[in-house]
Order: sequence, then structure tokens, then C-alpha cells
Amino acid sequence: MSPPEIKEAILDILESIAPDEDVTNVKDDVPLREQLELDSMDFLDIVMELRKRYRVQIPEDDYVQLATINSTVEYLAPLMKDLQKA
Amino acid sequence: MSYDAVIIGAGLSGLAAGIRLAYYGKRVCILERHTTIGGLNSFYRLAGRQFDVGLHAMTNFTPKGTRKGPLARILRQLRFRWEDLALSPQVGSQIAFPGVGLSFTNDFELFRSQVHEHFPAEKDGFEKLASAVIDYSDLNEPVAAQSARAMVAGWIKDPLLVDMIFCPLQFYGSAREHDMDFGQFSVMFRSIFLEGLARPWAGVRLILKNLVRRFKLLGGELRLRAGVRQMVTEQGRVARLVLDDGSSIEGQNVLSSAGLVETMRMCGGPSGEAPESGQLSFVETLSVLDEQPSTLGCDRTIIFYNDSDRFHWHRPEELIDVRSGVICCPNNFEYEQPLGEGMVRITALANYDAWRKLSPEEYRAAKQAAYEQINASAVRFVPDYRSRVIADDTFTPTTIKRFTGHDNGAVYGTPQKRRSGTTHLKNLFICGTDQGLVGIVGTMVSGILMANRHVLETSREDEAEIIAASAEI
Repeated sequence: MSPPEIKEAILDILESIAPDEDVTNVKDDVPLREQLELDSMDFLDIVMELRKRYRVQIPEDDYVQLATINSTVEYLAPLMKDLQKA
Repeated sequence: MSYDAVIIGAGLSGLAAGIRLAYYGKRVCILERHTTIGGLNSFYRLAGRQFDVGLHAMTNFTPKGTRKGPLARILRQLRFRWEDLALSPQVGSQIAFPGVGLSFTNDFELFRSQVHEHFPAEKDGFEKLASAVIDYSDLNEPVAAQSARAMVAGWIKDPLLVDMIFCPLQFYGSAREHDMDFGQFSVMFRSIFLEGLARPWAGVRLILKNLVRRFKLLGGELRLRAGVRQMVTEQGRVARLVLDDGSSIEGQNVLSSAGLVETMRMCGGPSGEAPESGQLSFVETLSVLDEQPSTLGCDRTIIFYNDSDRFHWHRPEELIDVRSGVICCPNNFEYEQPLGEGMVRITALANYDAWRKLSPEEYRAAKQAAYEQINASAVRFVPDYRSRVIADDTFTPTTIKRFTGHDNGAVYGTPQKRRSGTTHLKNLFICGTDQGLVGIVGTMVSGILMANRHVLETSREDEAEIIAASAEI
């Protein structure tokens, strides 16, 4: 998957976690915690959704990499580059 | 048959836990002893009418778009839209004590101004109390376990105001007699005064049915009339569960919402650390009116009343304690269309043992007498609706015991909560009321937290995580 496809995948996950949010307005460089008031349970959900949908394992020490859309895509790009778009 | 997780109890916590686990592909089975779902928050039909049990109003209400707080959290965790719960906010409620009434709505400013108006000398103390509650975090364990009465007395001197603040919080969620711990006090204060009250037009059944539908769509299995008689343990684990009909079922993990004492009994828990059963139960009367209550002047959503100098929160010596109670008109929420019939529900403290000892004839007579005494007590605080009653029903501590399985019909379970959810058995966990979170939203949060912590993230061992996650509730 290319970085734009990975971003799309992340937005899909955010949309499923917070169905009331319009994720098209999410800014790429502002912490998700701030923008959507996500808490630790929500970040755990992003991790579990990635595992469920793409079989990507993220160690707990790396959760900090999921702060913004940009940092998440950057972190996932090498892990997901060989995957086909779902 | 073997499952990744077996959940005991198809109430709000068990269903919420089941949804989380099924969503992430776990094979889950929920076992419910009764013929219907709901447990402490359920519903029934009588003579063609639908009645709710438990729910007066859902606490923790926050408007659509709110991203913080327990309601927002359960919506995200269960993948529900705000609209799915179809919540209508309360019209307005009151705490009515001798000589003074405090009104409150879902806007905290009204309650604040009421306190300032009726207790001008306590203005500063009340502000200190409110900020302590807002700042309260479960991470601060020494504070969480402290006596709320002692802490509040440090800010507010007038015992009347102290009692008026405690009354709704204790009625809506205190398993402990006389006092609350400050953690529970703060959680309840936020859920009622800082967040608010709401109800779906169709009652609690709407929430329950949404949960069951979601659970089943995700592949979860729900078995009714499947009570757990015993848990067979081997090497510090639950090996299998034996059901009332003698059949067995196996699960890698077991989440029990049956109550802490009750669950320990199923697995022959260590006698040395047996928790005490709760003592607080209720009688509730339901009156159907031939008119909307507001037309008769009963226009408040909830009235918490007390007729005595002090508010007494303990098990009564007699069958019931009519000095205090909760009057709820489920009609008085901001619905798009009114409910079909008027309804007044009243809840009063009751003594399980006193009810249990009655013969069937005595029980019938006592139930009728309790209905009359409780309603006679209540009409001192609302216009007298009694001539407009066209149907009524009453349930007692023995009814609550029969349908919830809780010892003593103790609605809020044991006072000794098990916040971690862990037990002496490695794969058995407590969720729901006895994990320490009450109310419709609270108990769903409990199911979600326990499912996440003990089943979905089993590799993680930091106890602080749960506590941190509960902190914002």
C-alpha cells in the first residue's frame, strides 16, 4: 500500500471508531488526541483494528508513533508497503 | 463446546463486553439465567403495557458532538452513533427536603445558582466541592477511598445541603450504607449534576435491543434460560461451567456480571476473603395515569425527596422506609411525541429479610400496603395524582432477588467493589455493578474495560491502565 492508501485506511478506522465525526476534516499534522479527544482506549482500538484488518502488529512502545495522521502514515509505510489495498 | 470467552449475564455490562469481544473475532457466548435480557435494567409486559425496571433515567447524558466523558466513550467503543440510543434529555428535576427545594437540569449552572440562592453562606464551599469533583482522578487512590461525608464536611458546613447533595447520588448508585467513598461520590456527582439525565422514548428496551442486535450480527451467541450452577476449577482456573440443566460449557476466559459474592459462590471462592453482600434494596411502585402527569401539575422528571431532619441511607428495620424516595415521571423528557400514557414510578428503601419472611398471603397484603404508603408519602412532594391511577404494579426486594440473582435484592451489589476485576482464578473476571461502575452508561463502560483489559490485551500487565481509563468516568 502506498502512503495515500495507508492514510485512507487510517481514516476508515477513525470513521468506524467515531461514526459521528466527519473524518474528512481531520488535519494531518495535529495530534488526534487533541482533534478528536481520543483517549488511551481509542488508541488501543486503532492498534487492534490495524491488526484485525491488515495483520499489522504494533508493539506498545510504538503507540506514540500514532499521534498524528502524518506520523502514523510515516510509521506504517514500511510495515504496510507490501500489503495490497483491502 | 469451547469459547474464547463465556460471559455470565445478559445485562448491559455483559452485552457491552460481548460486543467488544465478538467485534475482534472472539468466539463469545453470553449465558443468561432468565427468559429475557437486561438483569438490573430490564422491562416487562403486564396487561398489555410495557414497564421498565431499574431505569428511571440514564445518567451521564451529554449532547451530540460531545467527545469527552463516559457516554462518548461507550459510543466509540461499541461503534454506535449518538442517535442509536435515541436519548431525550430531562425536562428538569428537584431535590425536595423540608423547607427547601433545589432544582437541577442538564445545565450545571442552574444547580449552582440554586445552591447559591438557598445556601448563600455555602457558596465558596460548594465551588470548592465542585472543583474537587471535576479534578478528581481515580489515579489518586488515597483520595478515592476516603469518606465522602468527611471530605464534603470540610467544604460545606450546613448538614442540610450536605444531605441534599448526597441524596440523589446515594439513591442512584451507593451500595454502601450511610456514606460513600469519595471516588464513587465524584463519579456519581459528575454523572448526574455535571452531565445529566436522559431517556429513550421507548425505554431501556431500546438500548438493550440495540446491544443484542449488534452482538448477534457480530456472531455472538446468546443463550437464555442458561443459568450457571457451578464453575469447576482446575489449577487455579475455571475449567468449565456447569449449567442449571446439567450441561457443561468451556471458555478460555470467563467474565461474570452476576455479582462478586454470587460469582464467588459459583466457584467456591476462598472463604477467608469472602466479600460482604450488599444490604440496600428497594420497593418500587408503578402507577399508570389516565392523563399526562404534567397536566396534573407533576411536571418534573425526577424528584428526590426526604421529609426528615437528616437523610438516612441505610437498610430500614421495617419492610420499607417511606421518609425518603425517588419520584420519576418517564413522560417528562423532551420527546418529539409524548408517551401514550401517564406514568409515575416511586422508589423507596426496603429490607429484603423482612419481605422474605412473609407468607404468600402476608406478602400480597404487604405489597398493597407498601404501594399505598409510598404513594401517600410521595404526594406530599407532588400534586396528588392518586385519583387518576388506572393501573398499578409494585415490585419488592424479593422480586429483585428473583430477577437479578443479587443477594438481599441488593440493587447496587456489594459495598466491596473489585475495581481491577480480577479474582483468585486466573481466567475469571468480574464486570458490571460489582466491578464498581453503576448506571446504564457506567456498567457498559465496566463491561468494555474488563473485556479490553482481560481478554483483548492479555499481554499487557500494567494495572494502572484500567485505573487510568476509568479516571475520566
